[in-house]
Amino acid sequence: MYKNLNLTKTKTKPLESFVKFFIKFSAFAAILISIAIVFTLLTEAINFFQDPEVTIREYFTATRWTPTFKNPVYGVLPLISSTLYIALIACIISFPLGLFSAIYLSEFATRNTRKVIKPIMEILAGVPTVVFGYFALNWITPNIVQRFIPGSGVFNAISAGIAVGIMIIPTIASISDDALNAVPKSLRMGSLALGSTRRITALKIMLPAALSGIIASFILGFSRAIGETMIVTIAGGQYPELNLDPRKAMYTITSSIVNVSLGDTPHGTTAYNALFALGITLFIMTFVLNIFSDYIARKYRKEYEQ
Amino acid sequence: MNSNSVFTETKKERQLKELAFLSILYFCVTVAIVTLMTLIFDVISTGYSRLFNDYELGLISKVTIDNPRDFLTSLDSRDPLKAGIGPAFAGTVWLMIIVIFATFPLGAGAAIYLQEFAPKNKLTRFIELNLTNLAGVPSVIYGLMGLAVFVRLAGFGRSVLSGGLTLTLLILPVVIVASREALKAVPDTIRQGALALGSTKFQAIFRQVVPSAIPGMVTGMVLGLSRAIGETAPLIFMGALTYVNYYPDTPLSGFTAIPIQVYNWIGYPQAEWKDTSSAGIILLLGLLLSMNALALIIRNKFEKDW
Repeated sequence: MYKNLNLTKTKTKPLESFVKFFIKFSAFAAILISIAIVFTLLTEAINFFQDPEVTIREYFTATRWTPTFKNPVYGVLPLISSTLYIALIACIISFPLGLFSAIYLSEFATRNTRKVIKPIMEILAGVPTVVFGYFALNWITPNIVQRFIPGSGVFNAISAGIAVGIMIIPTIASISDDALNAVPKSLRMGSLALGSTRRITALKIMLPAALSGIIASFILGFSRAIGETMIVTIAGGQYPELNLDPRKAMYTITSSIVNVSLGDTPHGTTAYNALFALGITLFIMTFVLNIFSDYIARKYRKEYEQ
Repeated sequence: MNSNSVFTETKKERQLKELAFLSILYFCVTVAIVTLMTLIFDVISTGYSRLFNDYELGLISKVTIDNPRDFLTSLDSRDPLKAGIGPAFAGTVWLMIIVIFATFPLGAGAAIYLQEFAPKNKLTRFIELNLTNLAGVPSVIYGLMGLAVFVRLAGFGRSVLSGGLTLTLLILPVVIVASREALKAVPDTIRQGALALGSTKFQAIFRQVVPSAIPGMVTGMVLGLSRAIGETAPLIFMGALTYVNYYPDTPLSGFTAIPIQVYNWIGYPQAEWKDTSSAGIILLLGLLLSMNALALIIRNKFEKDW
């Protein structure tokens, strides 16, 4: 017994220090990944802007994105406008649906209903985006968009936007649900005890109390919609010029990244570097939104810690 | 103003408003569920004949088919009725193996360090901040980073190894957060008990805390894995979209994966391809649902109620 104890002690020492080193390294991997992302995007994007073929002014002011044409024009404006446009459609769909689902789940649903609806939401959240893309192109476009909105093309911003919106419903519903559940129960009890109905309690007591968490979920959903790739690539089309007609094809930042990388883009060419310029544009947009969302959620958490 | 109307409305009005509000909530929850059902129904109804039956009926009987039953094992083909998902299925299995072997030590290690060992200082907070931000970075950005780091810098080329490592980095933040939750759920009394009995901190954590948190960690890992195999966008940069019609035999060989193969098939205009891509989607969704079910089973079977 004594022998055994002693043995394990001496034996585990080098292993122990190795394991300690390894787990510390794993934690630092988070920093390494961030550095790798920012560094690779930055260096290749700088290469892009140093290319004599492009200027920063052209990148931000030109209204076409045609990197594979004979006289390539690299204007990010139509891409940004399409990205925001489709994300906006997605928000119009998902904000009310996600928020009201959350209100239903936290204020009205019985425990058993919750047990059924929560997993369904999780499954919806787990559906791969390529499947949503297929659904948008082969079901939403012919059965909804083309039926009710005349003049819609096979590829259009509406059906891509609707599909992205459906994709982010679970995100908004689950974060808003958490926010509503984090409101102290005494607020709800007090409101009901004073005689207000469940609707009044939900809309005038719970909603304002959880507002910052709900706004955080909206911002995060918007950021998800901006970064969504496969749905907009499959169903959104590739129209490389400024276009504000949602019945027509558009060209988001993400789908142009995919399409440029599908073509023949050897390392070091302008088109290859353009990938990273688009990448950092997208990264900055989502990064700012995520920080903002996190800031609001954090501020909210403090409110009830007192 | 609004609060005044609360007091002036009659009982009947109030009940009507209550009912209207509840129906709006029901409607919003139903939309999400109905969409999911429609999606699954649509995919199954178009794809199941391709997956389970042979084509002897209808329009397609004219086409000669060798082995339409062997969708799961045959190679991709230019003929929609002969195309199989064999190499893509193999590619996904390869990716899963690489992701499991890379994610488990890194994810569990980082979680154990951050939850049990890390001092509460600025560095730890910085790591946590990085993790939150990484979770919100669009997957297409990870693809660009993987292209620059694994394909070019590390020299792995456009291989299944590069793809697996890129997916690992993509799901790492999610897996770390889930593993930390599992460790957090282990009550402090376990730690204190082990320490009181004379074990070192290292022994207490690795022999008592970690083993009881393993089921929760595995659940998080399986959910992360199911997200990884549904990802399409990052793999496009790994060359997975080029016509790969062979089974990968080493970690450095080219590959394609199920979602990529489906994306490929969606791009073809002929109607028969729709059946083939639906069949691929059924396989993908089946794989994901069974992994989610596995995670649920692990959680319910092994989770201790402390």
